[in-house]
Amino acid sequence: MNQITLTLMKVAFLAVLWLFVIAAAGVIRADLWGSKAAAKAQRPRQAAQPARPPRQAAAPRVRRTEPTKLVITEGARAGTTMDLVGTEITMGRSNDVTLPLGDDYSSGRHARLFSQNGQWFVEDLGSTNGTYLGRAKVSRPEPVPVGVPIRIGKTAIELRK
Amino acid sequence: MTSVAAESEVQIATRPRRSAQLGMLVFALVITVASFAQVGLARDGGLPAGMYGYGIGLGILAAGAYFVVARFAPYADPLLLPLAVFLNGLGLAMIYRLDLSTSADWKKALQEGKKLSYIGPSTTGQLTWTALAMIFFAVTLLVLKDIKVLQRYMYTIGAVGLFFLALPGFLPSSISGALGAKIWIRIGGFSIQPSEFSKLALVAFFAGYLVNKRQSLSIVGKKIGPANLPRARDLGPILVIFVICLGVLALENDFGTAILFFGLFVSMLYVATERFMWVLIGVLLLACACLIAPEIPHVAQRIDTWLDPQAYFDGGCRIGGKIVNQTHADVCASKGGVYLADSSQLMFGLFSMGQGGVLGTGLGQGEPWRTPLSYSDFIFTSFGEELGLTGAMVILIVYALIVQRGMKAALATKDNFAKLFAGGVSFVFALQVFVIVGGVTRLIPLTGLTTPFLAQGGSSLLANWILIAILIRISDTARRPAPQPIQDEGMTQVVRTQ
Repeated sequence: MNQITLTLMKVAFLAVLWLFVIAAAGVIRADLWGSKAAAKAQRPRQAAQPARPPRQAAAPRVRRTEPTKLVITEGARAGTTMDLVGTEITMGRSNDVTLPLGDDYSSGRHARLFSQNGQWFVEDLGSTNGTYLGRAKVSRPEPVPVGVPIRIGKTAIELRK
Repeated sequence: MTSVAAESEVQIATRPRRSAQLGMLVFALVITVASFAQVGLARDGGLPAGMYGYGIGLGILAAGAYFVVARFAPYADPLLLPLAVFLNGLGLAMIYRLDLSTSADWKKALQEGKKLSYIGPSTTGQLTWTALAMIFFAVTLLVLKDIKVLQRYMYTIGAVGLFFLALPGFLPSSISGALGAKIWIRIGGFSIQPSEFSKLALVAFFAGYLVNKRQSLSIVGKKIGPANLPRARDLGPILVIFVICLGVLALENDFGTAILFFGLFVSMLYVATERFMWVLIGVLLLACACLIAPEIPHVAQRIDTWLDPQAYFDGGCRIGGKIVNQTHADVCASKGGVYLADSSQLMFGLFSMGQGGVLGTGLGQGEPWRTPLSYSDFIFTSFGEELGLTGAMVILIVYALIVQRGMKAALATKDNFAKLFAGGVSFVFALQVFVIVGGVTRLIPLTGLTTPFLAQGGSSLLANWILIAILIRISDTARRPAPQPIQDEGMTQVVRTQ
């Protein structure tokens, strides 16, 4: 290897290192404002969606009745999911409950979910603002169907399969 | 409301970015292979034998890590994994390069003109550790579905962290000591540095404790002048843990880690309470520490050699109030002097970087192996020599990007524990890079800390890959789109089609 080749190689390698940094900066930029290619790809897909027949109609599946997870759909902790394991889940504002809600309109220990023979029930634990299942106030343990929101303060919780 | 609780309006990308991640990952691997190739071409004029083995090895590991992330954390930040692989690969190439120039056998070393190094660089060892670290990375991602689980076990985690931090201090020096510090646990041929893991454990503990107490810490308390001092029962437990940590580290002569813990403590209190007072208190305490530190002999040595390394090059000897260079302690003693310290490692590192200049000598063309520990503590100066200022800047920027992605995950996540945890580990990561790089470049006194991902060493690799796994998990949770409600208040029935 002569010296010129080695020098060229050295400079080229440094250039590639900086290219890596620039590429990383590009990824961050796309993260902030979204890339054009992604925006284009999104549009045709959305347009094509209504044409597709709903999957449920095409292949009716045997559905399991027990829900397997819990999802927070509204409120401060929206997006939180939790597997339904064990037999009891307590919810509320305090940090020592199973599912802290971070909701100022909930009581410290607000409500609990418990399972009996595979069915999940919700029970209010004497909260100040009450617990709602769908639109009805929960005054005694009520069975929770899949997909019906449990409302606690500004938070909505659903059970999912 | 404090900063952690405030709903920060951060723009978050809510689609998985697997292709960007894969592209950057392949780029990082190409750079690793290219650096191996350059070492071989410069030294022997051909592609080196190690390029294929180590290149493919790292490639398989990175592919495995990619699939775990793509499958189990699809919304994760696309840059964290490639950046870590980039540094790990570059470190592997540098260790390979130093491995070629050193030998543990003195006969061979003499014949082939290599540097004699008994514990020297080992590329195979480093790749094995990388493999183990990647397994830990995958297991962390698989097991830790939700970071909040750690909050539930925060006292256990804190106690275990503290126990392992203190353990080397109580073990006999034959098991735990090396190079003046008692920070290892050696069993058989196996050695780990528990402080690397304790660091993560204590971040988890601090985060959990501060989430519970941050409001009472920032609101309740006695007002003394402009400062608002919290109650002893709020601050007490964390202060006790902190003082124990510093005491243990002082016993073990591990001042680098002590600086990390101090920075961690101050920064997390600041993030949790949003009180600038904590930064001021931190700076004041640091100033006090700077006044007391020269009284500790081990630290005094480091400060003296930092202020005037030339006087201590190859051993400094004080004879009648003047410091003279004297290689051997006994020669110094025979002349009636006091042997002080040796700054040759620091000086070699500086010479090394000076040799590199702006563009560097090129990989495989410099002599970074002349510096003792050029493959671990001083790996940054090795890069400074062979890649020059231009390449060293790239490494620092990549570190900065990792920290930025970590802080971004902390801003984006809604959970307070995850916020404090991600903020804490990112800050500690940055501080660690500052302390070691600042040390070897003589910006601050030198303390032995590992250079994350680059330096040879198993514990550091394991701990840093676990850290990346946790940051990936936090960013995945933060960027995951919120599920849509199935039913809209019972007015109209909406059926989900899947």
